[in-house]
Amino acid sequence: MKLQVRYFASIREALGAGEALETRAATLGALRDELIARGGSHAEVLARGRALRVALDQVMADESAALREGAEVAFFPPVTGG
Amino acid sequence: MASHPRVVVQADDFDLSLEVAALRAQDPGVGAICAFVGTVRDHSDGSRVSALELEHYPGMTEKSIEAMVDEAFRRFDIRAVKVIHRIGPLRLQDQIVLVAVTSAHRHQSFQACEFLMDYLKTQAPFWKKETTADGQQRWVDARSADDEALRRWGLQSGNGSLPG
Repeated sequence: MKLQVRYFASIREALGAGEALETRAATLGALRDELIARGGSHAEVLARGRALRVALDQVMADESAALREGAEVAFFPPVTGG
Repeated sequence: MASHPRVVVQADDFDLSLEVAALRAQDPGVGAICAFVGTVRDHSDGSRVSALELEHYPGMTEKSIEAMVDEAFRRFDIRAVKVIHRIGPLRLQDQIVLVAVTSAHRHQSFQACEFLMDYLKTQAPFWKKETTADGQQRWVDARSADDEALRRWGLQSGNGSLPG
C-alpha cells in the first residue's frame, strides 16, 4: 500500500521532511522496522530504545496500530511545547 | 462568539488583554477568568539561553488542541476557552503560549486552565529548539515531570519517558 511518511524536529533534520512510500508493513511497528532496515541515518534515528513518538493520520498512536492505504504516518521525538 | 476560533497557532505575538476581553464579551454569566501565559526564559538545564525556535505539525497541532478543549468542556463547568500557541523564532521574554478560560466560579477556570496546559505540554506536537549563550543549538528534552502532572488528571502519558 501507499503511505505518506512525515518527520519532525530532530528526526526531520536527519531524514528530511518526509516521503511517499510503498510498503507491505501491516502496522506502524512493522513500518518502523522496514525504515530501520534501510540502515544509515534511518537506522540511527529510528532505532529501538530511542525516544520516538508516532502519529497515524494526525493522532498519536502506538506501534500495534494497523496501516491502511493512503495513511499519513509521522515519526517525531517526544513533544516539548507549552 | 462563533467567529472567534478557540485554537490558534501563529507566528505573531498576541495581546492578553484583547484576548480576555473577547472571551468575556457578550457573556454576563462569566464570573471568573483564568489566563496562563508561558514565556521564553533565559536559562534551561543549567545553561544560559539566548533564543528559542518552535516547530509544529500543521494540522495535527490544531486538531489535537481542539480535542483537548473538548475534553476540558466535558470535565469542567466552563464557558469559553482560548488557546494561542506561537511558532517560529522567538526571543527572550517573548510570549509563547496563552491558555485562557472563563467560568461562573473561579475553581472551574483555575482547574481547566491547568488541565489544558498539562495536556498541551505532553500531547500537542510542538518541539522547542533553544540557542544557548555560546551559540549552540539543541532540541529541548521532554520532561517526565510533565507526564506526572498529566497523571493527576487520571491521564497517562509516556511522552517524557524512554524508550519510544
